[in-house]
Amino acid sequence: MKVAYWPGCVSRGFTPELHGSMAKVAPLLDIELVALDRASCCGAGVIAEHNQELADTLNARTFALAQQEMADGAELMMNICSTCQGSQNECQERLDGNTEYRDHINETLAPEGLTYEKGISNKNFLWLLVEEIGLDAVKAKVKRPLTDLRVGPFYGCYIVRPTDRLGIGRDHPRDRYLQMLIETLGGTVVDYAGQYKCCGFPIITMNRDASLKQAGRHLGDALDADADCLVTPCPLCHLNLDLQQPGAAKVVGRELGMPVLHLPQLVGLALGLEPKELGMGKHVVKPTSVIDWSTSVVAGVGEGGSSGGW
Amino acid sequence: MAEYTLKLRRYLPESGQAPYWEEFKIDLDGTRSVLDGILQARDRDDGSIGIRCSCRAAICGSCGVRINGRPMLACHTHLEKAAETAPNGAIEVEPMGNMPVLKDLIVDMDAVHWKKMRRVTPWLIPDGEPPEREYIVPAESMIDITQTMACIQCGACVSDCLSMEVDPLFVGPAALAKAYRFVGDPRDGQHRQRLLDLSEDPHGIYDCTHCFNCIEACPKGVAPMSQIMRLRRIATADHGINDRNNGYRHEHAFVDNIEKNGILHEADLLPDSYGGKFHPRAVPELARSLPSILKALRTGKVTPQKALLHAHKAPKEVRRIFDHVHDKDERYELNLYVVGEEDEPEPDDSTTAGHTPEERSPNT
Repeated sequence: MKVAYWPGCVSRGFTPELHGSMAKVAPLLDIELVALDRASCCGAGVIAEHNQELADTLNARTFALAQQEMADGAELMMNICSTCQGSQNECQERLDGNTEYRDHINETLAPEGLTYEKGISNKNFLWLLVEEIGLDAVKAKVKRPLTDLRVGPFYGCYIVRPTDRLGIGRDHPRDRYLQMLIETLGGTVVDYAGQYKCCGFPIITMNRDASLKQAGRHLGDALDADADCLVTPCPLCHLNLDLQQPGAAKVVGRELGMPVLHLPQLVGLALGLEPKELGMGKHVVKPTSVIDWSTSVVAGVGEGGSSGGW
Repeated sequence: MAEYTLKLRRYLPESGQAPYWEEFKIDLDGTRSVLDGILQARDRDDGSIGIRCSCRAAICGSCGVRINGRPMLACHTHLEKAAETAPNGAIEVEPMGNMPVLKDLIVDMDAVHWKKMRRVTPWLIPDGEPPEREYIVPAESMIDITQTMACIQCGACVSDCLSMEVDPLFVGPAALAKAYRFVGDPRDGQHRQRLLDLSEDPHGIYDCTHCFNCIEACPKGVAPMSQIMRLRRIATADHGINDRNNGYRHEHAFVDNIEKNGILHEADLLPDSYGGKFHPRAVPELARSLPSILKALRTGKVTPQKALLHAHKAPKEVRRIFDHVHDKDERYELNLYVVGEEDEPEPDDSTTAGHTPEERSPNT
């Protein structure tokens, strides 16, 4: 399937391994990514906080660019960032909810020849895996099941709340998709206190201690629940959970060393890609437990011996 | 009549014993409330079950509890609905979070919620002498604050505030929503002073982490987090309050960054949020971040080229939108809570995320 692909900012900035691993995984799932190169930042809630109309206009423009691709064969718009999903849904709620307002925003877009038509379908890669590709189809493509790998989900606030805005309900239990996916890939789901909580990133420059206390607490909870790693569909969470993890460990006063994978990295691993080509070497906390696991799986099949490094 | 199992969190601090779970069988129609269930258990099995309640109609705000892990009003949650998300078939009811437990399901609202509420001076402070007759105010500004006036002080948002979980001094969602009730009221004469106070407080409006838990928790659609964002917007844009918590500088650094680059250039965001690379505040903060930045460079996560150069420039259309919207004299803010939803001509398709919400009710 062809999708209008919005990679977001952080996946091309401080977490290049996210964008990179998505590009590696897409062909294995028959997803054709048509990148929305001219689109702008979703605002991550901050632009909306500064000026709601500005955030709504910028995202309406992104939607309109995606709709151009959709007129050209893309089935929907796809993102790989919980924060993009939530911020864009918030704007979409206002744009779709009021015709007069939508017309007003479209007037600003008119000089560029763009119009946003109500009702775009914009889905995170996680939602797309479950709702468009289907977990059975994903399962059929698994080459290296994540057997015995204990994975803790970390959703990121923007993709689980508010539930009505995000279309979470009985028909679409989107707040269970990570657990469903981990099981589909053959892994073991780790249930721990922090999975739906906030990583603390939005206040890192305003209240660093409170921010890192949040990250540290959730990482510690995952550690106490014997997780080998966490997986997140949100690169901003990844910044606080991985890049800032050494700082978080200091703030909460305990050693953490918890690897945090981006969603496409976990999928790629199960589809048979190597940790290195998925950019796992770029993480601040080396995903040693994951890499040891992946080499031991290979070794178990091929050489029947000990797990090596990489 | 259906049978349900209620699993209640019991705790009596004076007993010296740890909290424990206790199960009760109740039989009530599924459309009766969880509160009715608790009261039946108290009536039939154990008169010592502690629960605070009064109106049973979701207006007094007394019976806030956590049901299956989420903060709700016990009287506003149907048993059949609660049973759907009940782990292992038993509806779990426990006291709200972030507040000390007095007994079983009763928490100490005075110790946290009411204290914070008083913190924001929750009464009108008009400027000068009152008018001879009534105050005349524009209808739209009163409609604007109806959303915060819908608060019934149940504490559900306070219970699950994730910032308060790590920073108990955070003023919090309920009190800050109440602060907007006065900042948005044209009769109040202390707008600037209120905003200055809450911006400068290290546990004030800039301590909110955007987690949406309060929006999800509120049984009345107050959306406290949205009110906090409005307080920030008014503090920075209308009053130009440049606070010591970097709130103002972070907002402006972010917005300027996108205006310039189109997409976020993180390498600039951090120093700019502290007022620029050479700002006295930035130096210690950046030094503190240095280990993680060096680590990021070493792992190849960040290349020096990426950190220093701006590969991405905003398309001129993005700049045009910034200019256009910034040039306006007045902000255009649509609040769906106030304007309501439009009639849907087409059938609603929930697979396309993004639809107009109804007033939040756990039973819809």
